[in-house]
Amino acid sequence: MRVNFTVNGRPQEADDVWEGESLLYVLRERLGLPGSKNACEQGECGSCTVRLDGVPVCSCLVAAGQVEGREVVTVEGLAEYARQRACGTDACGMSHVTRDTSKNWQPKPPSDSHTGEGTELSPIQQAFIDAGAVQCGFCTPGLLVAADEMLEHNPNPTDADIREALSGNLCRCTGYEKIMDAVRLAAARQGEAV
Amino acid sequence: MPTNSAPLGTPTKVTQGSQTRGGIGESTLRPDGTLKVTGEFAYSSDMWHEDMLWGQILRSPVAHAEIVSIDTGEALAQPGVYAVMTYDDLPTEVKNYGLEIQDTPVLAHGKVRHHGEPVAIVAADHPETARRAAAKIKVEYRELPVITDEASATAPGAVLVHENRDDHHIGHVPHPNIVHRQPIVRGNADEAAKRADVIVKGEYYFGMQDQAFLGPESGLAVPEEDGGVHLYIATQWLHSDLRQIAPVLGLPEDKVRMTLSGVGGAFGGREDLSMQIHACLLALRTGKPVKIVYNRFESFFGHVHRHPARLYYEHGATREGKLTHVKCRIVLDGGAYASASPAVVGNASSLGIGPYVVDDVDIEAIALYTNNPPCGAMRGFGAVQACFAYEAQMDKVAKQLGMDPVEFRKLNAMEQGTIMPTGQPVDSPAPVAELLRRVSAMPLPPERQWESSEGADVRQLPGGLSNTTHGEGVVRGIGYAVGIKNVGFSEGFDDYSTARVRMEVVGGEPVAVVHTAMAEVGQGGVTVHAQIARTELGVAQVTMHPANTQVGSAGSTSASRQTYVTGGAVKNSCELVREQVLDLGRRKFGTYHPAWATAELLLEGGKVVTDGGEVLADLVDVLGDEAVEIEAEWRHRATVPFDLHTGQGNGHVQYSFAAHRAVVEVDTELGLVKVIELACAQDVGKALNPLSVVGQIQGGTTQGLGIAVMEEIIVDPKTAKVRNPSFTDYLIPTILDTPTIPVDVLELADDHAPYGLRGVGEAPTLSSTPAVLAAIRNATGLELNRTPVRPEHLTGNA
Repeated sequence: MRVNFTVNGRPQEADDVWEGESLLYVLRERLGLPGSKNACEQGECGSCTVRLDGVPVCSCLVAAGQVEGREVVTVEGLAEYARQRACGTDACGMSHVTRDTSKNWQPKPPSDSHTGEGTELSPIQQAFIDAGAVQCGFCTPGLLVAADEMLEHNPNPTDADIREALSGNLCRCTGYEKIMDAVRLAAARQGEAV
Repeated sequence: MPTNSAPLGTPTKVTQGSQTRGGIGESTLRPDGTLKVTGEFAYSSDMWHEDMLWGQILRSPVAHAEIVSIDTGEALAQPGVYAVMTYDDLPTEVKNYGLEIQDTPVLAHGKVRHHGEPVAIVAADHPETARRAAAKIKVEYRELPVITDEASATAPGAVLVHENRDDHHIGHVPHPNIVHRQPIVRGNADEAAKRADVIVKGEYYFGMQDQAFLGPESGLAVPEEDGGVHLYIATQWLHSDLRQIAPVLGLPEDKVRMTLSGVGGAFGGREDLSMQIHACLLALRTGKPVKIVYNRFESFFGHVHRHPARLYYEHGATREGKLTHVKCRIVLDGGAYASASPAVVGNASSLGIGPYVVDDVDIEAIALYTNNPPCGAMRGFGAVQACFAYEAQMDKVAKQLGMDPVEFRKLNAMEQGTIMPTGQPVDSPAPVAELLRRVSAMPLPPERQWESSEGADVRQLPGGLSNTTHGEGVVRGIGYAVGIKNVGFSEGFDDYSTARVRMEVVGGEPVAVVHTAMAEVGQGGVTVHAQIARTELGVAQVTMHPANTQVGSAGSTSASRQTYVTGGAVKNSCELVREQVLDLGRRKFGTYHPAWATAELLLEGGKVVTDGGEVLADLVDVLGDEAVEIEAEWRHRATVPFDLHTGQGNGHVQYSFAAHRAVVEVDTELGLVKVIELACAQDVGKALNPLSVVGQIQGGTTQGLGIAVMEEIIVDPKTAKVRNPSFTDYLIPTILDTPTIPVDVLELADDHAPYGLRGVGEAPTLSSTPAVLAAIRNATGLELNRTPVRPEHLTGNA
């Protein structure tokens, strides 16, 4: 089957999709967006978390056909998504992209491909780096999408709020302490910026 | 008998690094951080190639059986299937692999020995096509009796898991179903027991833990024009993989090129091969790139686990609280294949009494061959199981003596100069008492934090959002534990690493390129190795070359060793480069300033300076258009094997110590545990990157929490089949299960190690578990001789 949907503001078209494929598989293997991770593929670990029409979901549990006509934001589009949110909806302009231009779309501005230096990051991404919340990094994309979504509707979370919001995202490396630090840091920086 | 004299160390003087930013001791940020937060970091499961095929493994549904027949016809006939391979299709006479003992078949031959053993492999154009084709392979099994524990392994007439063993352990084991046995005898435990006023005996069980790294086993094998193959892979040791892969493929090692892909955690679970050979076989057979990615279900069958263990202990002490003797017997279940079992036995036995002074010991550790899942390396490696048991014993002895458990430990704590049960003197700081003092001095978290004017915040109570209590029946408990872990590969292993360091001018700036084969698995080796290069070479720009087999071996990312050993190699190569750069400077500019010949010269801030701080030349001018490059091996001081009868020998390189205090609240009615806080104090010698050090300690602590109250692979004792291979049924700690983890880092230099550093990664995984158990015992008064503790163990319904 063919699936048409929007990913990170760009219209996308996936062909020859087998009906049993998940949104995660289509993103990773058909659209070249492997940032969403495949740690469990059974909805338990949150590493594949994306926004589907704004709602955080495990993309491994979403059948590809279910996303027809809908909007998906992945970790690759998180910086741009946060930028748009910060400067108001229409002011920054994002939606007038055609399928043809989207084919050449790169999820990042030109940067050092070896280290990613110079890449524009969202506040939560920067906070994860600064707080030491990244070790192996396999849980990181899902946690970033989930944490960003929480801060969107709860800019001043308590520790209990953070733990509740991120309880669907497993991390095996960090013991979560630095992830807590990162979310607190992002919230604090967000507060200072207002 | 080996002598007890300490090997002479080579204390390291830090002469570099006071000026250059981003050197050792700073919390520099990860060089791969940006790629990891943007989703661009390429993990092994992210590999993609034009026209690639997908590989799939067919695994045994039973634990122990003869294979009567395999019919691949229907699978091969499926549209989209390119190859189906079984044992009969293996290309050479080498059909087994293994870390130490080559007892593991690449594909099952006539017999399967554990649930999930690989039997056949398929390559197809879509992963689902491959899965369906694998399901159409018809295998007829004739089931055999299963060996599941020590009793069934050594019973008269027991089926042998491996017939015709010819490995180097068979000569000294009491039964062919025992992989390796290590006794350690020192002094006379029976005689010393007569001096004891208190004798405490205990039997303990430690459950099977899974590494549960999040990035599943995966990789991409690309056939090359010269008949070789290029494997992009997540592993802990590229060269160890290479040594095992090439003979099975019938290729010389230089035709098997290996590049490290992004590794989504490891914790020991990637020491053994998983899909490496299978992907290469299919790629060479089909002439197409082949990608294999396990799902989580398969991952539980695709790597070894932490050995479950039965541990039998006897401790004696005088009325004054001095330990008289320890006897212990540790039985580790190695499962169907040897993996790292022999080395795990060495650790469990040699570290079996913990960080205490005991002159009279009688220790024995064995690993079994059974039909349970193969067990091998996991963070803490044999020392974890022992620590759980000896720390439970220490609490029991203290209780019998009426002593405070921390004071009793301090009274018996080892220190620098203590002789280990192996006869090896501890010749660097061993601040066991100090760590206990520090961790017990930390402020306690307030009681009943969940209480507020608006009622209880259930999120902070046992049971959490399940809303099972508002505080009724909730009791607090506090527990302590301390542990000892060896750092580096022990028992005479040639544990070296290699680093290639290049210095040149790029874009008008001096740049260092560091190339090693070290597997970065998340621990931050790439961060600290760059810091070392900045410190030693005085340059701001350091490029970390991708790890591959085009440079010499770095050894394994295991045993808390990579900062020490590959860090040592990077430091050594940098020092050699520095000398060459200075020689170059002397040749070019030596006549302009006498200090070139007379002063101690340093590289700082991109310049050659004297130790007095005078600038002699810019590195850009010294180097010009020349590049200085050195590749060199580096070794820590040698170790020797333990004597097979007495266990004596200077077998370890270095020891690492951590202590924990756990605070728990237990809902005694439902048997639910909430760990409130898990404080840790650890000596790290020198924190090369304090942020990463704390991250390692918190991560290791949390894995110890997991095996205390949540994690266990359940193997059916009747069928030896795994019953919970998923994250639905095998629970690892979430952010809600994990408490705050305050960390106190002590830095007492080990003069034998680079910069005085001490391996960090594993020690916190040891004492975390027994501290939590001690806290639960303290809260409930229950004996609790097994881990993990489940609700039924606390409510009396087990």
